[in-house]
Amino acid sequence: MSRISCDECSRADVLRAVAGRGLPAIEAGMPLPAGTGLSRRSFVARSLGLALSVYGAGRLNLFEEGIAAAASTGSSPILVTVFLQGGADALSMLYPEGDPLYRRLRPQLAVSGGTSFAEDNRLSWHPALAPLAQLHGEGKVSVLPAIGYDHPDQSHFTSRHFWEVGATDSSLLTGWLGRYLDAAGTIDNPLQGLSLTGQLQPTLATAKVPVAAIDGPDQYGFWVPGVWGDVETRMLDAIGTLGGVASSDPAFRSVANVTKQADRLRRQLDPFNGNGAITPPVAYPKSDDSFPKQLQGLAAMIAAGLPLRCVALEATGEYDTHASQATALAPALTTTAASLYSFQRDLEARGVADRVLTLVWSEFGRRAKENGSGGTDHGAAGTAFLVGSRAAGLQVGEFPGLASGLDQDGNVKATSDFRAVYAALLEQWLGFDAARIIPGAAKLIRPTLVK
Amino acid sequence: MGVPVYRGEFGVPQAERLLWRAGFGPRRGEAEKLAKLGLQRAVTSLVSPGGERFVGPAPHDSKGRPLAPADAWGHDHCWWLDRMVRTSRPLVERMTLVWHDWFATSNSGVGSQKLMLTQNRLLRSHALGSFERLLIDVTRDPAMLLWLNGTDNSKDAPNENYAREMMELFTLGADRGAYSERDVREQARSLTGFRNDWKRGLGDYNFHFDPRAHDTGMKVVFRKRGRYDWHSACHLCVSHPLHASFFVRKLWSYFVPVAPDHATQASLESLYRSGHQVRPVLNAILQHPAVYEGPRMVKPPIVHVAGLLRRIGAGVTSTDWAWIGSLSGQQLFYPPNVAGWDDSRWLDTATYRGRWIGVQRILQDRKLDPAKGTAPSDPAAVLKKALAFWNDPPLTDATRAALLQFAHAALADAGKQRWKQQQYPVLLENALRQLIAVSPDLQTS
Repeated sequence: MSRISCDECSRADVLRAVAGRGLPAIEAGMPLPAGTGLSRRSFVARSLGLALSVYGAGRLNLFEEGIAAAASTGSSPILVTVFLQGGADALSMLYPEGDPLYRRLRPQLAVSGGTSFAEDNRLSWHPALAPLAQLHGEGKVSVLPAIGYDHPDQSHFTSRHFWEVGATDSSLLTGWLGRYLDAAGTIDNPLQGLSLTGQLQPTLATAKVPVAAIDGPDQYGFWVPGVWGDVETRMLDAIGTLGGVASSDPAFRSVANVTKQADRLRRQLDPFNGNGAITPPVAYPKSDDSFPKQLQGLAAMIAAGLPLRCVALEATGEYDTHASQATALAPALTTTAASLYSFQRDLEARGVADRVLTLVWSEFGRRAKENGSGGTDHGAAGTAFLVGSRAAGLQVGEFPGLASGLDQDGNVKATSDFRAVYAALLEQWLGFDAARIIPGAAKLIRPTLVK
Repeated sequence: MGVPVYRGEFGVPQAERLLWRAGFGPRRGEAEKLAKLGLQRAVTSLVSPGGERFVGPAPHDSKGRPLAPADAWGHDHCWWLDRMVRTSRPLVERMTLVWHDWFATSNSGVGSQKLMLTQNRLLRSHALGSFERLLIDVTRDPAMLLWLNGTDNSKDAPNENYAREMMELFTLGADRGAYSERDVREQARSLTGFRNDWKRGLGDYNFHFDPRAHDTGMKVVFRKRGRYDWHSACHLCVSHPLHASFFVRKLWSYFVPVAPDHATQASLESLYRSGHQVRPVLNAILQHPAVYEGPRMVKPPIVHVAGLLRRIGAGVTSTDWAWIGSLSGQQLFYPPNVAGWDDSRWLDTATYRGRWIGVQRILQDRKLDPAKGTAPSDPAAVLKKALAFWNDPPLTDATRAALLQFAHAALADAGKQRWKQQQYPVLLENALRQLIAVSPDLQTS
């Protein structure tokens, strides 16, 4: 992680990396990320002494019916989001080989050796993204070469927050997909919003309905030292019994409720418990990072008919490449792209590829001109991909060029708006009125994202 | 009018609840001892505890090496957990945790365990003292200066970060009409002047006040004019007419899950106003009927774990507690943001499993070997033994019934097979230990 050097993020991110499972990327004074920690609203509520209960007490009798109902709609679409943390360099992922200014701005870091991007011959795919280029050739990838928003904010935390809440609004506390689940989800199905990162992803933060956080479907076991066989089976049943213990005390009941939900989740994920329980029909890249494993588990969960609606993951790698970008970026992109490719092939092999779209995003792109330490600083517009058999497969917005496409800070200007993409996904993919979810949706011009 | 005082029976259950709310739960015999003192003396023993002693062996990692809290990742968490487990002054430690949440500073933004420990000592030294003194020292604390950009805030380039949070989160509260956006900007000017240096390899150091970076001009704060500096910024907040109500409500919320009634709120405020001291307010809160007659609270994850270790007289013998803390939603020195942890949302499916793993970690070193089965084969007797392992925590009837139901079923599975009849009771006892510790009864107090 020594490659990170920006003062603002390096301390945070180095520690996070060491921690393995750090905190959401929050810096003091930045807008509060949705759903993480003590939100301003719940702070007020606590000051008033109100014990907020996320899951709504007394509704657990509906729990199993809710799961059953949701599971029976096994054809419902699933939206997966994959976050490239740190601000991935757009000018490397699809690099403007044909732009005469490219090598002048990137004397050390200009990428070469990739295949041409068929929709715009000024651009080429980073060699590490060859798997995505192949899927693009099959019409399964929509490329957004310069996505962002007006008046770009160059803070990781602020910009990420905007993307997470689906608005350039620092006070929103729920994620854009969290608000969708609040409106379209059920009170009894935590799997409808699944963070596959071991902690709640702010994009999925809800105000009303439950969502789940796990490391992976095969990592939700509940073993105990010195307990096995029949007794273990009975013990696992007893977790559900403890979850059903009645009480008039709200705090007691809230623990019982989450116990019940943990029990439900464990049962749902039980087929995946233990190493080797998931045998994917295709090979995934080998990596120390858990991203390929998580995608592999996700494909198995989808194929098993679990009631998933929105899923959030983080890609392999750390994209805040202030230094040594050339050596840092390639391996991260390699594993990420190869994993996404395997995921797509896996879904296809399992016959569920028509149900899944995956949005790959980052909080911003990077400065066009490289810096003095073999890296790039924070920029504006970035790259996003929409991957899936039902993706329209057509470029959204276009690369604005380096001659006239940079803003006064030397950053790439956006030619597509992330909020318009969200609105389009809600309407074209999830079949839900975006006006109820995205502030100012009426004014956004929706690109065609789904075929 | 004084603050209402609890007049009911003060027995072991009440003493136990007091020890949970004002500390990390009882060690063996502690609740009984406290009950004998009666309510008033029991609370006095907590708010004026005398010198600190540590009970039990010093902490170490799983290879027996001493902890390196200023340097090694995760050792900071374990170092503090150990204090919670072994201290003879549980309320001082609990209040240090309260201040860590109140003035929430995360090492994710500070990047120095050493500076975080310095802040931790500061919070502890003011744990039950003057709030104004605490605020002043926090304002110039290096970790806080880094966390909320205090040393980026200068005459020529004001940074509002600390000014806003000191009013919104530390002293006055948002949306109460206590301050305006202009007050935020003016307070930021008052707070200018802190500086520090940075050197590769050394990091941030040499925190100091540089008069040249301080804005000496006239400011208008809360409609008062003056050439305020950082000291006066603190004083202005603490003497603001809406500070006492904020302070009382927030402090109360750490000990009682429902808001105080108006009379209680008013008398606690007047108690606090006479000198901005924490101790008398705590003393009154901890004797209030709401602590003993009111609803339960979900224990914060670190309190749950520290309490389990105290219950069985165990110490910190592994650094696994850091990642287990993270899995459970509370890694010390890493609150999620400047507003601290969300005490209304400790539990979700992932953090529940984190708590399960914490209990598992305790039991891992203490599991009973089924091959040496000597457990009784009567369900009630096995449950009794498992409860005794945890020093007989009180259970609700419903939980006891659920555990007994499990015990019956598990032993019945043994059928007539001799080896099962020998081993199943032991497996059951291991399982019951786990279930007891994660039951709603032990996760709340």
